Amino acid sequence: MTPLLEARHLTVHYRTPTATLRALEDVSFTLAESEVLGIVGESGCGKSTLGRAVLRLTEPTAGEILFQGQDLRALSGAALRRARREMQIVFQDPFGALNPRHRVATLIGEPLTIHGLPNREQRVAELLDLVGLPPDSGRRYIHEFSGGQRQRIAIARALALSPKLLVADEPVSALDVSIQSQIINLIADLKRRLGLAMLFISHDLSVVRHVSQRIAVMYLGRIVEIGPAAELFDQPAHPYTQALLSAVPQPPGAPRRERILLEGDLPDPTNPPPGCAFAARCRHALPGCSATRPELLRRATPHGPRETACHLYEPA
Amino acid sequence: MNILEVQGLTLATSQAALVEDVSFTLAPGEMLALVGESGCGKSVTALAIMRLLAPAISRTAGAIRFDGTDLAGLDDEAMRRLRGHRIGMIFQEPMTSLNPVFTIGEQIAEPLRLHLNLSAKQALARAADLLDLVGLPTPTRQLARYPHQLSGGQRQRVMIAAALACEPRLLIADEPTTALDVTVQAQILALIDRLRRQLDMACLLITHDLGVVAEYCDRAAVMYAGRIVETGPAAEVFATPRHRYTAALVRTMPARNPPGERLPAIPGQVPPPGSRGQGCAFQPRCDAPVPRCAERPSLAGAPHAAACWNPAA
Repeated sequence: MTPLLEARHLTVHYRTPTATLRALEDVSFTLAESEVLGIVGESGCGKSTLGRAVLRLTEPTAGEILFQGQDLRALSGAALRRARREMQIVFQDPFGALNPRHRVATLIGEPLTIHGLPNREQRVAELLDLVGLPPDSGRRYIHEFSGGQRQRIAIARALALSPKLLVADEPVSALDVSIQSQIINLIADLKRRLGLAMLFISHDLSVVRHVSQRIAVMYLGRIVEIGPAAELFDQPAHPYTQALLSAVPQPPGAPRRERILLEGDLPDPTNPPPGCAFAARCRHALPGCSATRPELLRRATPHGPRETACHLYEPA
Repeated sequence: MNILEVQGLTLATSQAALVEDVSFTLAPGEMLALVGESGCGKSVTALAIMRLLAPAISRTAGAIRFDGTDLAGLDDEAMRRLRGHRIGMIFQEPMTSLNPVFTIGEQIAEPLRLHLNLSAKQALARAADLLDLVGLPTPTRQLARYPHQLSGGQRQRVMIAAALACEPRLLIADEPTTALDVTVQAQILALIDRLRRQLDMACLLITHDLGVVAEYCDRAAVMYAGRIVETGPAAEVFATPRHRYTAALVRTMPARNPPGERLPAIPGQVPPPGSRGQGCAFQPRCDAPVPRCAERPSLAGAPHAAACWNPAA
């Protein structure tokens, strides 16, 4: 079966006057219909660039994005606009993403206007109901709403065109704990009811674990490990995944993982090291690690075959 | 003896009370967390301790004693001598707390010259030691660098070095790791934890992250709508929460729930100052209210206290 979305060797380089910043390097993955793929990693790992690049909000430097088998990079004009109906994005800060001078009904209905779709008023009412906002919200302005409600409005707007794919870039990171759960539940409900596929990007590992079927871990522009959520969380293979998971403060009462404190900082993305980008901070690094880059492959680990980019494990 | 005693602290604008009747103590070497969601009053409480409240906010009741001295009685000059000297501070955003036009070395050396009367040369040498203490590589080289040349984690280390420069008796850390990545957060919290033991420094950690509290703090005080609703040994407060709000917060954490299942969310929103009602402010969102909740409960029990008429444990 054709996956809903397939990224092949997706690469994004940003040119500055003095250097080339390699934000995304040779990233490949697939996403099935109604599947949630979590993307985790720390600041600067390229996860937001990845989310933007698959929608061509940031133009990829190289690679292919196949959406329902069609290469998005080959499209332009009306064809690209039509494809984009099916793919939408929700950002971390809904206040920054929504125009404060428009009423909520205008904001939610705007995608319908742009794409020339009928029955705007009725659809806006449906959408408000879908995201759990009172029917009179449409007449109000964004500043009249709390952070959680604003995120509901942003989600309603993203769903206006009934997309098949939603890129959610840190959708709950700016929200308080008690509100965060409300929005996570909303996203899970919508996914179930509408069969949405999602790229769920977050630095919060427990949130990603909660909503994703599969998870990809990124480090310095590349995916270093990808796999089913439970497998990756319970038996991480890549030493970076292990360190990342060990750093998460455990909920009160939960058993603690052995903490792996990382030394140093991320390498410079304008001048990435030739071998494994994590080698300098890795406690298992072998002499060859800083010389040759390990490919993301199915490899034999003590826990079984895993898709990881690490020389510790032989290709399976 | 306690290094810090806050008693019956009430902070208000001309419109409404922000913080009401907040009391806690802190002993040398102890780490206390003030935990709560946005707007619960935790940060403004910290600012009140340092007497850095915005002009529109005033202390309308209560006392703050630092090392036995009532801080309200000090003049501005005496207060300035305390800040950065015997009370250190770290804030969430290291970039806005560091001055972009001065080098790291100058900024760490400043409190040393000001409070300890060190010469420029002595102060820089001590600044290098401090950078070493907080784990920045090649400290003497870092002294000449500017804040924008450092990563977020490195800047927060510089902030900590500056806050610790004069070996304060009390460190107030307001969301010190919220802007940082999780692996850097682990480094910074481990550092604060090590230093408070090493220097026998009391630490007031302000955070919204329950996991951080449970792992690093001795005691926790949970705030809701301007009041402390539960306080006690950190492990106990989160293992067997008594206040219905704390219990609901712990229950709603994604990591406490089976993946993919509906989270037990807390309905509604935190009431803003001015509309917190006469009774328990959490009552409208509570899953187990009783008639008595219309009346305000006070903290009861020791050392694990909760202000709840129908406690969860």
